Amino acid sequence: MTAASQDLAAVWLTLKLASVVTVLLLIIGTPIAWWLARTRSRLKGAVGAIVALPLVLPPTVIGFYLLITMGPHGPIGRLTEALGLGVLPFTFSGLVVASVFYSLPFVVQPIQNAFEAIGERPLEVASTLRAGPWDSFWSVAVPLARPGFLSGAILGFAHTVGEFGVVLMIGGNIPEKTRVVSVQIYDHVEALAYTQAHWLAGGMVLFSFAVLLTLYTLNPGRRARP
Amino acid sequence: MSATDSRIRARLRIARADFRLDVDLELPGHGITALFGPSGSGKTTCLRAIAGLERAADGYVALGDEVWQDESRGLFVPPHQRALGVVFQEASLFAHLSVRRNLEFGQRRAPAEQQHFSLPEVTELLGIAPLLERSPEGLSGGERQRAAIARALLAGPRILLMDEPLAALDLKRKREILPYLERLHRELSIPVIYVSHAPDEVARLADHLVLLDAGRAIASGALNSVLSRIDLPAAFADDAGVVLDTVIDGHETDHLSRLRFAGGQIWVSQRPEPVGTPLRCRIHARNVSLALIPQHQTSILNCVAATVIDLAPTTTPGQLLVRLDCAGEPLLARITERSARRLEIRAGLALRAQIKSVALLD
Repeated sequence: MTAASQDLAAVWLTLKLASVVTVLLLIIGTPIAWWLARTRSRLKGAVGAIVALPLVLPPTVIGFYLLITMGPHGPIGRLTEALGLGVLPFTFSGLVVASVFYSLPFVVQPIQNAFEAIGERPLEVASTLRAGPWDSFWSVAVPLARPGFLSGAILGFAHTVGEFGVVLMIGGNIPEKTRVVSVQIYDHVEALAYTQAHWLAGGMVLFSFAVLLTLYTLNPGRRARP
Repeated sequence: MSATDSRIRARLRIARADFRLDVDLELPGHGITALFGPSGSGKTTCLRAIAGLERAADGYVALGDEVWQDESRGLFVPPHQRALGVVFQEASLFAHLSVRRNLEFGQRRAPAEQQHFSLPEVTELLGIAPLLERSPEGLSGGERQRAAIARALLAGPRILLMDEPLAALDLKRKREILPYLERLHRELSIPVIYVSHAPDEVARLADHLVLLDAGRAIASGALNSVLSRIDLPAAFADDAGVVLDTVIDGHETDHLSRLRFAGGQIWVSQRPEPVGTPLRCRIHARNVSLALIPQHQTSILNCVAATVIDLAPTTTPGQLLVRLDCAGEPLLARITERSARRLEIRAGLALRAQIKSVALLD
């Protein structure tokens, strides 16, 4: 495989990973955000803190523990092996699981903020207009929280594209399977192939700028969180 | 649907650290019933509990034969399964939908057989037809509130609950929307519960009145029978007065209009409405004085014959409230104890009530 086709494979793998992770995060993150925004439970603080952990932990710490839990002797690893799925580390699925956990706060928090900003009233109004809780959620809460969903999806996608430490810990560096752009850049630099590193790194700068520009243009009044 | 079918029964008990509500209401199934009281008296909580937006720990709510809550058998029908419409203090139209889609929100979800109004009827009734394709953002406060009322009516309600619908509007907007509420009052077949702390709104719109104070209903009944009570606590007695339903009887010289009511005639400043128009006016007890014989040497124009029913002290020392009967219409006068003694005011005495000023409710 030529160096250029390896680069392309890395870009393709990165985009695939980020897309799958973003979709999963919207599915997993929305109920968590809804619960965090509306609950009066004492568990709210604890759950919120767990969701936010990846914001403060070094990626190597997250990667290390995921590697252990998903490995052949970890609880998740045993489960996946029992189900005939094999173990997740050093596979694309392993990267997806790790990235979902790592990017969770970037999706949950904007959606949670948007749900909180809606307040109780529109949902009360919907209930007096014959809309049940499930109906109100889809016809009132989700459309009103649209900016939050957009921010969450964009941030989740971009953050997954940019991750490095967790990928290296959990996925290693297998071409076309786990070698994403950030790892590829690292390899180029290690090999002193600066020109190729420039192409990819410059591309990442442009991509990130475009993402943030979109975000700030969509939500002019509000600073994108976190 | 006959009126008795939608009689409202609400027995609600809510105990919170800083607030208690303990009421047992039976409200008529027609007309506008005002829940009136100072802030913190529990009127909004009452309304929310009837709507099911709040669940009273000990409660029974029924509309006619439909029981919405009966905690004695653990029954609680959630708001979206109750045939009701709610208008909140602020209009709270859905910002992501056009006015039309807002109106259709409840209409689409309500069973067809429960709908008594069509979209064209309601938009015409509330004067919002030209606004249908607009976004709620571009509407004035009054327009938004009218759209919110229309939206509530289209959801097939058997009762309309309004929580201080005018409180968030300035005087100009209030004046703009009040005629629409009066129209609703005349044309609506379903009962309305109207929460307010503004005496003028109540006097202008209500048929029935419930006075709430510190979480308790201290009076409930037809508007004037409650307004003419002289035994109410200070919060209500200081603003005592009755409402007269009059009809414009004629326009006279000197820029005066003559109003006719059961108890006689009164003159007010020239009205723009044609002869025959019904007009509600409010007569404050403090603007009524008493005379034993008809006075001619006075600047007060309005003088009607009345009989004293009873007297009661007010919270202001030295002042009394006198309840009068004016050919079947009640009237209140606030006078000093000294005057009462000097004129020997007592039950059964026939005299003249001089009305110094009449508040026209517009």
